[in-house]
Parts: sequence; structure tokens; C-alpha cells
Amino acid sequence: MSAPKQTPLPAILLANHLLDGDVVFFTPNGWSRDPREALVAEDRATAEALEAEGVAAFKRQEVVDAYLVDITRDSHGLPVPNHFRERFKVRGPSNRPDLGKQAEFV
Amino acid sequence: MYRYDEFDEAFVRDRVAQFRTQVERRLSGALTDDEFKPLRLKNGVYLQLHAYMLRIAVPYGTLSSRQLRQLALIGEKYDRGYGHFTTRQNLQFNWPKLRDVPEILDLLADVEMHCIQTSGNCIRNVTADQFAGVAADEVEDPRPVAELIRQWSSLHPEFDYLPRKFKIAVTGAQHDRAAILAHDIGLRVVMNAAGEIGYELMVGGGLGRTPMIGKVVREFVPKDQLLTYLEALMRVYNLEGRRDNKYKARVKILVHEIGIEEFRARVEAEFAMLDGPSIPADTEELARITAYFAPPAYEKLPAIIPAFEAAKRANPAFAAWVESNTFPHRAPGYTALTISLKPIGKAPGDATSEQMRVVADLAERYSHAEIRVTHHQNLVLPHVKQADIFALWQALGEAGLAEANVGLITDIISCPGLDYCALATARSIPIAQSLQKRFADLSRQRDIGPLNVKISGCINACGHHHVGHIGILGLEKRGEESYQITLGGDATENAAIGEILGPGIVAEEVPAAIERLVGVYLAHRKDGETFIEAVRRLGLAPFKAAFLQEAADAA
Repeated sequence: MSAPKQTPLPAILLANHLLDGDVVFFTPNGWSRDPREALVAEDRATAEALEAEGVAAFKRQEVVDAYLVDITRDSHGLPVPNHFRERFKVRGPSNRPDLGKQAEFV
Repeated sequence: MYRYDEFDEAFVRDRVAQFRTQVERRLSGALTDDEFKPLRLKNGVYLQLHAYMLRIAVPYGTLSSRQLRQLALIGEKYDRGYGHFTTRQNLQFNWPKLRDVPEILDLLADVEMHCIQTSGNCIRNVTADQFAGVAADEVEDPRPVAELIRQWSSLHPEFDYLPRKFKIAVTGAQHDRAAILAHDIGLRVVMNAAGEIGYELMVGGGLGRTPMIGKVVREFVPKDQLLTYLEALMRVYNLEGRRDNKYKARVKILVHEIGIEEFRARVEAEFAMLDGPSIPADTEELARITAYFAPPAYEKLPAIIPAFEAAKRANPAFAAWVESNTFPHRAPGYTALTISLKPIGKAPGDATSEQMRVVADLAERYSHAEIRVTHHQNLVLPHVKQADIFALWQALGEAGLAEANVGLITDIISCPGLDYCALATARSIPIAQSLQKRFADLSRQRDIGPLNVKISGCINACGHHHVGHIGILGLEKRGEESYQITLGGDATENAAIGEILGPGIVAEEVPAAIERLVGVYLAHRKDGETFIEAVRRLGLAPFKAAFLQEAADAA
């Protein structure tokens, strides 16, 4: 078996909240619904620590489907996922700008 | 409409209670995620991109006003004020919280609804012709048998862990409006030479990554032998369907690999060994079910209503809507009326809670409190007096529900795609919206005539793209959304799988590409020839040339 593909850096950790289903991000102060607060791992050690947080939070029945997402910082320094799938996951449905994170956090 | 008996009621309530404790145990850690996931899926709870999604079964696409009002309430109270009607005649809520799902299931149980078997490797919600019971071209209403299959298959101990999911669609008409040839089993009510009513069964149809058209496994199954025959068929699939590879686990693969003759021989051999089904339905129960589907008491009406004819003459917009959105009813003076959930620029199949209430009220007033959901993601009021159509049209217009596009190019089937779905590889809804805008001019749509555009956001084909006259499949190509266009698909009794026209194109190019295909049709059509008829006559070549020309221009 080949080694699992390593997420390129910088990266953030996102997941779905177990009870609410909402997309949450790991921040310096624990999990948050606000993508702007996401802790950005610039180095491999931080990325590994983030992944460990994801596993621990899963085991504590807090989140599901936690994984690292590689990002680029926009002109305001905020993280934007490199893949379009996660861009929608972070923003919300593109046909409904009134729903999801895009409506709540600018 | 079917009404729960005490067993149905207790069964559904028990399931809600069980799910409530399953959620509690998941939160306490007593159930692991691996243990909980199949339990939530069997209750219709998926985890999508932004949130959980709850898929509610609408058995054979029939709803009462009371049920639709309850769905409106749930949408308002526990979701974001809207729901999405699907190609399997179900309703999906996109934003429920897991903590609220037991409450939602209780509210559903209050109106005899549930989410059981809307997911998982079991026999799913049985879908039906949306005009069942009212269509003039029908041998018999197929819904009693759909209800029988629902009861028989619900938690059937032998068929609860099949190799893969299993979808059944039924029709009682010669013209197939239920896409029965694109289902694991398609059932058609037929009459034999002796005048007896029975069932023609098709098996092995399906879409997804390996699209197949269903094949006839038995031309006539007598009524009283249906469950026995289904048991034999399901047993062959359950035992011999592949479990080593989920992409090869559907019955269509088994039928394809061993051939329909061999499959039929194995089913017949199993059938011969059975002395009736393991779980038989007695004739009394069948009669009880059937009685619920008796047609409402229609008034004796003339076939032509002068006031209705006059309203059409006086109001061309109304006449256009009547032409595309009404369907001949078996009772004189009545019509079955389709409410398009495809207003220009909106997500296909979405309805707000407010719109659901409007439809529920109108159904109560004008359609014996009955509503149907179509696999085209529209709604139907099945029993409308022609004299009431004008008032209905005006009321629907006020709710943004009077789009006159049923069966036309903007009546697009679309899955939720990457705007919601965790499995999607590309977006679907914005493609539908861009096409609706491109072809918004109704007189042009009417000139183009019947044309089914169907869009899926991934290879799983929930948007039925394989059987669209024009199919659009969203994929990922080098980190971008890319759309593959197919032509010549058909979901009716002339079922066909569309053929790929060329390399994938980006979203911005899709409307122009479709425009080019329509252009070929308009240039070559003969009098009265529809798009799909012209495609069949002309073949792929001229369309392919136009498509590739465009791709070359864009490059």
C-alpha cells in the first residue's frame, strides 16, 4: 500500500459538528463555525497536531469527517481552500448566497 | 389515499423511539460512528457538505394536503424554509440538525410519513407514474401494488442487507412516465389475452456509472403471484449479486454478466420451489389497501366547459400554461395539472414552505386534497375541474408557481450537485439556472417543443443525465468543474442511454453548446417532429459536428 497522500501546506482543519452538522474549523481557541478564525498550519508539525486534534475531537463525539484542507491566503490574509469543493464547503451553496457561512461571516 | 392501520402506526412510532435512543447513544459514545452511520442512513439522515440532510419518503409520489402542510412546517421550524423534491419523488431538507431529527420524525409520524428505507442497501421508496389513477391511458392504478410492495419490503428480514440499494418503479400505463426501464425493477400493470390483469416485470435497469436499460424478465405475472415472484427475484439477486465491489453490486451488473436468459432461468427455478411468498399478503389485506385508492367521487361534467375555453381564448398566457401544464384526465371535465417547480432562475425542485402551503391549500380546495410529486421534480394536482383551472392559475401565479414550461427545455431535472452534495464532483444547479436564463423566452421554448435536459453533478446520476434528451454530467477535470454533454437519452418506453458528444466543457460554455444542439434540430426538423425524434432520425453526426465546432471555436 502506498503512503496516504499528504495535504499540501498551508492547511486548515475542518469537520462537521456531530450534533448540528454545521461545518466547523479548528482555531487557536478550539472549534469555531467561523472560517476566518481557522488556525492555519504553515509547517508539517502544526499540520500533524491539527490532524491529531481532529482524531481526538472525533473520539470525544464532537465532530465527524475531520480533514486537512490546503489553502491559499486571500488579500486579507484569510484562508481560501485551493479545491473548489472545499471552497463551497466553506462558503455555502453558490446558488443561495443568503445561506451558509457566506451569509453569516463575510 | 392509503391510511395507516394500527400496525403501520406502531411500526413507525417504534422506529422514531429507536432512533431517538440511537442518537443519544451516539452522543454518549455508546455507539461508534461506524455503528451509528448505517442506523442514521436507514432513517434517511445523510451528512452532506454543509449540514445533515434528511430524505423523507413520499410513497409512490402521493401526498395529502395535510402531509404537505406538515412538510412546510418542518421546513420552517427545523430547516431554512424550503425543501427539495427529488427524482425519486422524495423530499429532502438540506439543513436539519441531528439533535432535531427525532422531533422531525415524530412530526412526520403524526401525518403517516417517515424516512425509512430512503437510504441503505435495501428496497427503497417505490416510485410511480405521477398520473397513476387518473391517466386515460392506464390499465389500472399501480399504487395499490406499490403500497403492497412497500409494506412487504419494509424491514423485510431477508432483504434488509442486499448487496446494494434496490429501486422499484411502477406504472399502469403504456406510456412510461415513471422511467421504469431505468430502475432495478420496473413493473407495468398489463392485461393478458384472457382479459386478466397482471404485471410485466423488467429487471436490471439503472443509471449511475454503468447505465443499463431494464430487460423483460417475465411478461405476465398473475396478481396473486407477484410477491412470490418478487421474492424469488430478490433472492437470486441477494445470493448472487456481487458484494466484493460496490460498483458492481447492483442487480443490473448481475443481469448483464450472466445474461437475462440465465437470470430469468434462475428466478423461475427459485419461483418453482416456492409455495407462495414467505410473507404472504392475504386477499383481505389487498382489498383493504386497494379500497384506499378508489377514485374520489367525481362530478358528472361535460367534457367541454365553455367558460374555460373562453378564458383560454381571452388570455394567451393562460392558454400557453394550460397547453403545457395540463394532462388528460380519465373523468370528463377534469384535468391533472402539473405545477412547475422550475421557475426561471430557481433551483429545480425547490419549494419554499410558503409555496408548499399554497399548494396544500389549493389541493384541498380544487383537487380532493391530493398532490403528487413527479420524478421530473414537479408537483401535480391530480383531480382538477376544468372550470376551476383559471382561478387556480391565478392563485399559483401569485405564489410564483405558474411557470408554463412543463416538458419544455427549461423544465430541467437537476440533482443538488456540489452546492449541497458531499458526493458531487461539480455543481448542477447553476448550470440549470444558466440554461433557464438562456432559454427564458417562452415563445421560443414552445417553438423548440418537448425537450428534456437532465443534469447530474456526479457519475451517480441522480439527475438522470443518461436518459435526458440532452444530458449534462458534471465532473472534475484538472482541478476545475467540467461538463460532459450526452445526446439521445430517453426515459420512456423508448428508453435509451445518451451518447457522449465530445470532450468536457467548462460551465460558461454549456448554454452556447446546448444552443448549438437546438440549432441543429431547428434547422433539420420536419413538420411536427420533436427534438428526440429528430435525433433518432438524423443520428449523432450533425449534432456532434456542431458540438465539436463550438468546442474548437472556444479553444
